[in-house]
Order: sequence, then C-alpha cells, then structure tokens
Amino acid sequence: MVTINGNAVHATGKTVQQYLEENNYSLTRVAVELNGEIVPKTNYAETVLKDGDTVEVVGFVGGG
Amino acid sequence: MLNEEQAKRYVRHFVLKEIGVQGQKKLLNAKVLVIGAGGLGSPAVMYLAAAGVGTLGIADYDSVDVSNLQRQIIHTTDRVGMKKTLSARQAALAINPDMTVHVHDTWLTPENIMDIIGDYDFILDCTDRFETKFLINDACVLAGKPYSHAGVLGWGGQAMTYVPKKAPCLRCLLGEVPHHAQTCREAGVLGAAVGVLGSIQAMEAVKYLLGQGELLCGKVLTFDGLSMNMRVHNMTADPQCAVCGKDPVIRNLYDSREDYEIEPCEKKGDDR
Repeated sequence: MVTINGNAVHATGKTVQQYLEENNYSLTRVAVELNGEIVPKTNYAETVLKDGDTVEVVGFVGGG
Repeated sequence: MLNEEQAKRYVRHFVLKEIGVQGQKKLLNAKVLVIGAGGLGSPAVMYLAAAGVGTLGIADYDSVDVSNLQRQIIHTTDRVGMKKTLSARQAALAINPDMTVHVHDTWLTPENIMDIIGDYDFILDCTDRFETKFLINDACVLAGKPYSHAGVLGWGGQAMTYVPKKAPCLRCLLGEVPHHAQTCREAGVLGAAVGVLGSIQAMEAVKYLLGQGELLCGKVLTFDGLSMNMRVHNMTADPQCAVCGKDPVIRNLYDSREDYEIEPCEKKGDDR
C-alpha cells in the first residue's frame, strides 16, 4: 500500500505518471512530493511507487 | 500611540493575545500589496482594510463588469465600468478611512513589477492566470519579498505562502508555467469559494505582519467546497528550482520573459 494524501491506496508498482493519469491530474498543474522530496516532472514516468511510500499530490488551479 | 477612534475601532483585536495594542501598531505601520482586485482580491482587500493595515496597494488593469459581481464582492452594481482599482479603493476607505490606499492601475510586466512590489512588506497574489502568478512568484523570489499565493476554480482551490529562504516557491512545486490552463470564465467559479481562499490570504498576511502563528510555508492548503475537504499538504523546496534553487538559471525577469506572456486576445475580456 502507498499512502497518498493521507489515504492508503493500492498503487504499489505504478509509476507516478500512471497514478496521476489514472486519477485525472493534469501533469502540468500538479506537484508531487514522495517521502519528503519534490519529484521533478521529468522523473514522473520513471518513478515507481513502492510499498510504504508516502506521497502528497496537489493539483493546482490558476483562477482568481 | 493609538488615537481614540483607533482604540474603539480595533478593540476586538486588543483582546486577542496575538495582536493586542502592540500588534495593532504593527498592522497600522504595515504596507501590503494586493495584486488583482477580483474574486480573491475582494475579500482580501476588505479584511485587510478592516483589520487596519495602514497602507494598502491595489494593482489591477481591468474595469468592473456586471459578470464580476457574482463573486467580486468589493465591487457594486453602480460601479460597473469603473476601474477596479478605484472601485476597490472606494470600498476599502468606506470600511476604514484610517488608512492609505495606493492604486497601481497597470498590467504587470517584467519591466514594472519590481518597482511596484518594492515598497511593500507583504504581497498577495490574487491574480487569475498562471502566467501572472509565475511573474509575481519570480519577482518576489528575486526581490526577497514574502507573498501569499492562491488559485481558485469552480468550488475550491489552493493557497500557500512564500517566505524567502524558508519555503518552497511556486516554481519549486510546478516547474514550468502551465500555459492554457482553464480560467474561471471557462470553468465557472462560486463566489464563496474565492471568499474562502481570499480570506485565507488575508489571514496569512496578518500573521506574517504580526509574526504570530504558523504560515503556509512549506505547505499547500487545498480546499474543495463541494466535498468540504480541506487538507494541508507538506511540500519541500526543490534544490534544482530554476529561480530559488542552488544554481538558479533565472537571475532576472528578462531571462524568463516568455513564461509570463499571455496571448493578446486573452488580455481583453469581460470576465476571468
């Protein structure tokens, strides 16, 4: 299990990019922190989520 | 010393141990700039004026449109067509004449933004486009100015606070500017949603000026009014950040000028 935004999620083995796409996040408007470090956008496709990982995902909006 | 009128007006602040008379003096001596007198800027300007922030700057280039009034509560039906800066100043001074309001009736550019933000202690990004949000972010990082970011769309949005050397900046978290993002005109927005986020920005400004409480530094608050979910996500700075990282490639705003450019047809519009 992976803890994403405080919830236990079955995402082990998925890449960050797969998780974001499956959950309809726009890759350009999202910030991902994995175990306390920001994941650069260029690493989304190759970063694989492991059992016990803690992830924060924030989708940003630009209106005001 | 506070005068008699001030002693009456701010009496509810004096009871708060985090403010008191000393804190009120800090607020009265403070200078805050609100960029964007729209959805987020409306509650922000009104609460900062009411709280007795002594000098408020209001920057906007637009005029009040009837389609703004569903959420931009600082403006009124009889001020449709008036410059937003002047309408917002009128409203702020009606709430609290005990303050100075400077208006910056201009479109922000890499050429003028450093001069505009230079005089202020804290800045609120209440704008409605990522391009302008990144211009403000990069300018504040380069100038060493603290600021509050917020964005809103539909029923919710996010807020975070940048303090130099103490927090990640917007570019740490998003990297590149997300061009062509949905606007409130396209996706819709609820007035109360911008009210929540704009009020949070005003609260961050007041806490920063007082030196009290915990800011949204290294944290992004997300709010969704439909589900009523609110979460504070911890976020760290990116050491490789192009503007605030160890070896920044953006050393002045001209280096990244194309990031801030908006299609000319998007500049004009009744409502964003």
